[in-house]
Amino acid sequence: MAEQVLAEPLLRVDNLVRKFGGITATDNLSLEVANGELHAIIGPNGAGKTTLISQLTGQLPPNSGTIHFGGRDVTKLPAWRRSRLGLARSFQITSLLPDFTAADNVALAAQAHDGHSFYFWGDARKERGLRETARTVLARVGLEHRADVTVSNLSHGEQRELELAVALATKPQLLLLDEPMAGLGVSESARMVELLKALRREVTIVLVEHDMEAVFALADRITVLVYGRVIASGLPADIRSNDEVKRAYLGEQHAVTRHE
Amino acid sequence: MTASLNARNIVVVLVAAFLLLLPLYSQLSGNVFALTLFTRIVIFALAAVSLNLIMGYGGMMSFGHAAYLGIGGYAVGILAFEGIGSGFIQWPVALLASALFALVIGALSLRTRGVYFIMITLAFAQMAYYVASGLARYGGDDGLTIYKRSDFAGLIDLSSKMQLYYLCLACLFGGIYLVWRIVNSRFGLVVQGLRSNEARMQAVGFPATRYRLACFVIAGTICGLAGALLANNTDFVSPAVMYWTRSGDLMVMVILGGMGSLFGPVIGAIVYLVLEEFLSQLTEYWAMIMGPLLLLVVLFGRGGIMGMLGRPRRG
Repeated sequence: MAEQVLAEPLLRVDNLVRKFGGITATDNLSLEVANGELHAIIGPNGAGKTTLISQLTGQLPPNSGTIHFGGRDVTKLPAWRRSRLGLARSFQITSLLPDFTAADNVALAAQAHDGHSFYFWGDARKERGLRETARTVLARVGLEHRADVTVSNLSHGEQRELELAVALATKPQLLLLDEPMAGLGVSESARMVELLKALRREVTIVLVEHDMEAVFALADRITVLVYGRVIASGLPADIRSNDEVKRAYLGEQHAVTRHE
Repeated sequence: MTASLNARNIVVVLVAAFLLLLPLYSQLSGNVFALTLFTRIVIFALAAVSLNLIMGYGGMMSFGHAAYLGIGGYAVGILAFEGIGSGFIQWPVALLASALFALVIGALSLRTRGVYFIMITLAFAQMAYYVASGLARYGGDDGLTIYKRSDFAGLIDLSSKMQLYYLCLACLFGGIYLVWRIVNSRFGLVVQGLRSNEARMQAVGFPATRYRLACFVIAGTICGLAGALLANNTDFVSPAVMYWTRSGDLMVMVILGGMGSLFGPVIGAIVYLVLEEFLSQLTEYWAMIMGPLLLLVVLFGRGGIMGMLGRPRRG
């Protein structure tokens, strides 16, 4: 993957600022994500990781700064348009269609990227193309046997997997994963790590995660946020030995250094 | 669609059969009143079915849906008053005017959510009400009498009670079929997805507002048709049909019958209007009985009457 250094990174964030009242949640943040890499973003609680993701996907407008995706300025584009361009996200707090089945959730995501949806007549649940895509993507995350279960009846772990499947169904170029391991048990976490290991070969990923073990197992590069600012960015080994990062984490220091 | 023999489907079939056979009964027994009452009920059922499309499936709590009853009605009434009696002109105008009104107020009110959406749709409907009250040429407050029902060049005679009833019933069944197709289509799934979780739908790439707006316009147009039927049935149209309490009635019919169930609004309209008819004969304080009844249904049957009859079938 080291050879794939392109002139233009897939995602480039320049001097992004987002304030909530007196609090600066994103403080003049700049970031580059190269095509093909898995870029982890870590930082203590309140570092502004989710705020950053929401600005990248368009749910939250920044106060200033720019976001370029695939060489195009997307700063002013609404969320749905960025999704059409190939930017997908998963939510930290599971965000699915609770009264739809797992297959419906995935099929709808695929439908969103299959032209407009102003078709008023045919039965969408009988469209083979969409259903097949749904099956394939569900199989990918290990949920094919749960396809016809209503989301509200899925376990938390299954919902996290479905969250990923929905993002995948949009065939993204860049996958923004906001704490995909949140609330998962040990074995579920391990499954998710395996899944991400396979996925990183196909799609560029920005991974926000608290689970340091997972981050160091997966990331090509790591950016560390504290109070909305980048305090370090580089290879995992560099981040691990960075004094400022160690200081920022204090109590969590052992978590960062566990693998040394 | 596999027709299973549950309480829900049995009730649907029985009610549909009852509606189909009612004129026969009326004819044989000479009970004209039943036919008159049920023509009205079928028309309001169509309006409730259209409201259910945006309220039950789309999650858009419109509190101004009766406005389309008035717009459809006034389109027929005004054209008749001006000497254009052909239904082939009156009815398309009624539908178009309703669609345009829905497009404009939808474009403005769909920027808001929740209580604000309820209030802004209510405000627009009240505006329509006051505009109609100000139409001095067309009777203003007192309303407009329609001396001749829509003329369909001998194809169908609306002055025949039975023919009018069957036309209304055909429109109702057609409306239900249309809503059924829409709800299961790509478009319908998007609209229901937006009701379920808008942020998620935007994040996977759906522009929420344009789908909601299209749905809002479809519902308004169907209700405009109900308005045209209502004006023909009563030979009269007045601002009162647009008053906010009428919108409230429609909402109650939908909630009573079962939001988001295809046939629920029909059951709701029948129960509501039949109760209104008979309770108001018993006492002028009939609302004192209707209120608690509605409360019970909402408290104990979350899916309305249809919800009490069993689980909704999927897809």
